[in-house]
Amino acid sequence: MAITVIVLIRSRNLFSVIVLFGIYSFLMATVLVALDAVDVAMTEASVGAGISMVLMLGALYLCKSEEAKPMRQPWLPLALSVTTAGVLVYGTLGLPAFSDPEAPIHTHVADRYLQDSMRETGVPNVVTAVLGSYRGYDTLGETTVVFTAGVGVIALLRRRQRRRPGTGT
Amino acid sequence: MKRDLVLRIIAKLLIPFILLFAFYVQFHADFGPGGGFQAGVIIAAAIIFYSLIYGVEATCKLIPGWLIEIMLSGGVLIYASVGLLGIIMGGNYLDYFVLDHDPVTGQLRGIFWVEVGVAITVSSAMLGVFYMFALRGQDPE
Repeated sequence: MAITVIVLIRSRNLFSVIVLFGIYSFLMATVLVALDAVDVAMTEASVGAGISMVLMLGALYLCKSEEAKPMRQPWLPLALSVTTAGVLVYGTLGLPAFSDPEAPIHTHVADRYLQDSMRETGVPNVVTAVLGSYRGYDTLGETTVVFTAGVGVIALLRRRQRRRPGTGT
Repeated sequence: MKRDLVLRIIAKLLIPFILLFAFYVQFHADFGPGGGFQAGVIIAAAIIFYSLIYGVEATCKLIPGWLIEIMLSGGVLIYASVGLLGIIMGGNYLDYFVLDHDPVTGQLRGIFWVEVGVAITVSSAMLGVFYMFALRGQDPE
């Protein structure tokens, strides 16, 4: 993964950047499978490596395939991202250790989900039970976000077509 | 690419299986990994695959733009109406227990319809975004 990211940063050809993004997503999906998060891995493989690659290739079809040289040296963005990364890493120091049984996430509702979800919902897959039933409001919000995004893109890109009458479609 | 015989035949062979896998992911989510979101993405991927091989015009005939817009909002409406049905049947919003005499069956029913709504919205959103990019590329600019 680290090699992929370094090649990704160095590359100026946008086509190879997109392919590397796909490779990175697949590696990420295998990491998630290794962490036993099969549902997330499936989403990562299909969305990250599949659909978003096709969409980026579609965008690439509309523009040039070489990245333009930056006008100035990007010191300010570099400093900003390094600072943000530092703050995030500092934040992880406050988290409980990986698979610590006393961590707050394991002592709140996780036990109830794991032990009672089969009896209460009849669904053996706990992820589906939590997503669909216990946290139904969140999933409704998530669906609304997807809906809003789709409507937004359609509204933005379609107006361009209407402004130029007589070009088909 | 549209005239390549090998690609056309392979696509014809593969697309039914991709769609079948999508429905498996959708309806088997109770027992295995997956769910509405993943199934929606896989359905959209199958249709995008079709349009890459056979061209966007053929896909637009198959699934016109207005159908995508109806599906986009219809999925959210299915989800929200499952919640409203919970109120009508005498529970709180998005309560599935009341959808059937047996609370567990009610839960299964509620989760099923909610996942159907998610799948419809996600697949049509992905397809809508893809159409917008693909159709813009065809305009003579």
